Amino acid sequence: MKKFTEHEGIAAPLMRINIDTDAIIPSREMKRVSKHGLGEGLFAGWRYLNARERTENPDFVLNKTAYKGATILLSGVNFGCGSSREHAVWALREYGIRVIIASSFGSIFYGNCSRNGILPIVLSDKIVHDIVEQLGETAQQNQLLVNLPEQTVLCPDGRSFSFEIESGPKEMLVQGLDPIALTQRLSGSVDEFEDAYQGRRPWLY
Amino acid sequence: MASKTLFEKLWDDHLVADLGDRVQLLYIDRVFLHERTGSIALTSLEEENRQVRTPEQVFCVMDHIVDTFPGRDDNTLMPGGREFIQTTRRASKAANIQLIDIDDPRQGIVHVVSPEQGIVQPGMTLVCPDSHTCSQGALGALAWGIGSSEAEHALATKTLRVSKPLTMRVNFEGELGQGVSAKDMMLHLIGQYSAAGGSGYAIEFAGAAVRAMDIEARLTLCNLAVEFSAFTAVIAPDEHTFTYLSGRPFVPKAEAWTQAMLYWQSLYTESNAVFDKEITINCQDIPPTVTWGNSPEHTCAITACVPNLSSARSATEIKSMKRALDYMGLEAGQAIASLKIDAAFIGSCTNSRLSDLRVAGKILRGQKIAPGVKAICVPGSSQVKAAAEAEGLDQVFISAGFEWRESGCSMCFFAGGESFSYRERVVSSTNRNFESRQGPETRTHLASAATVAASAIAGYLADPRNSGVAQP
Repeated sequence: MKKFTEHEGIAAPLMRINIDTDAIIPSREMKRVSKHGLGEGLFAGWRYLNARERTENPDFVLNKTAYKGATILLSGVNFGCGSSREHAVWALREYGIRVIIASSFGSIFYGNCSRNGILPIVLSDKIVHDIVEQLGETAQQNQLLVNLPEQTVLCPDGRSFSFEIESGPKEMLVQGLDPIALTQRLSGSVDEFEDAYQGRRPWLY
Repeated sequence: MASKTLFEKLWDDHLVADLGDRVQLLYIDRVFLHERTGSIALTSLEEENRQVRTPEQVFCVMDHIVDTFPGRDDNTLMPGGREFIQTTRRASKAANIQLIDIDDPRQGIVHVVSPEQGIVQPGMTLVCPDSHTCSQGALGALAWGIGSSEAEHALATKTLRVSKPLTMRVNFEGELGQGVSAKDMMLHLIGQYSAAGGSGYAIEFAGAAVRAMDIEARLTLCNLAVEFSAFTAVIAPDEHTFTYLSGRPFVPKAEAWTQAMLYWQSLYTESNAVFDKEITINCQDIPPTVTWGNSPEHTCAITACVPNLSSARSATEIKSMKRALDYMGLEAGQAIASLKIDAAFIGSCTNSRLSDLRVAGKILRGQKIAPGVKAICVPGSSQVKAAAEAEGLDQVFISAGFEWRESGCSMCFFAGGESFSYRERVVSSTNRNFESRQGPETRTHLASAATVAASAIAGYLADPRNSGVAQP
């Protein structure tokens, strides 16, 4: 997995609450048994006037000149709620999104992000709105600098906000680790646990 | 030693290692997969040359993509659907896991099949790359939805790295009113405390109303915990649970049953245990409830009006409400019970078990659905379907004008194949009223099976208490 330390990019405000994973990637856009080929389907219901013909909706934030090529999303409470589909994160990743800043996240979606090199940042609703207020008409005015080791978001006006993140997902992202390989290093502890567990819960085997 | 909640007992019994900063390595007893997200987890493991650690404890079922038309096979209306089904079958066989295929008499929706077969049991950890896995907490298991990558992790290592959630108890006290069900309880809870109200918490449902509930209703209750954004939900196992489980195929037998029972009976929250948050709801305050908008928090009583914008908690919420009103073709303040419907759907892991079909059947018996309404019933499993047919419920639905289908997730979501039509208004016993969830710009109103049945007959959103049949 790609390591995540510092990222500078254009931030786009998608300031709605409860954005669900059906909206991020509709079921009908998940056409193959694959983690790829999903970027085009990202936000398909909102991004296109006609999803089948891929006619862009000029009013959708990611289609506006000031936010073209955005790699950071700003959003409201409960981003990524609903279905567990990891396709939502794969679609965001393929589109180029590296950071999502919201006041809270759906818990499965949050876990899916750090396993796929996307940094989910939780900031208060007020701070998210403060950041959105600073954004302007040109791409240059919309640059944010995110530093994961330092846990900071640097805004266009020079203000910096710090954020909290648990050490588990942080290390996964910073070091680009494969969690399965990491856990397999603990297989001794798992074997030991399993022996004892099988002794006390024999009906499960 | 401090008194423990049920959740803490389940968690601690599976704790392999503390990885620091609330993240812990938990042992996973059972993994369930389905052809939509499980297919990717299995093929991705193959690509990495990784083995499933205990294949005999992994189950896979075909439910999400498979058609529900009579005489179905691997071909589905969903573009690319056949590949999902066939890849899942091939990869399941290669991994040597237990596959419940399309033509298996046990086939059905994962969260219906698992309790029905006695695969989920009290005290277990069970995960599935499907958000409604929380349903299975109704049996006293720690069961939760995960992503595909996490499923790979669970398959390969028999563990998961999990951030320990906070604990919340939701007490449903008092008795439910006539025509009010578990579905109404949850829509009411989410409406009161918002769709993010459970975020960060593992919830225990408790209280007199929950203790009085049968397992099928408890499954509905826990099913909707994810729509409340909870990590998962659990209910302490009791006599209802043990009676329900007894004799099911995967449940321990004879001495093993006695041994398991000893443990299962210890699975409850101790009286001094403390929750991080506690909510108490008086069930007498819960009316039959439906949703009016595009989030499960957009609810109102069937007798009430679509809320005014002044009820919003923030400016963002006003925007969200406006957007939902526009999408749903509604006006603030409009009476919900006057809304004409185009379609009615009974199905999904939320409300498609035998008890749901019986409640709906009671209302539909001897009645006809309103002209112009398209009505579909999709039983939650092939066994539910067979049991319903054995008591003649299929004929009740068919005579009333419902289509009677094979089991599957069906039109709970729109995968590009069969769907409701453009902007059709659907009253649905499912769990998500998101934009275009059931079809192109389809307008979904979530409701109980009773409300769906009453509405199908009336032709508009209707109060099941007025259907002329006494409700349980």
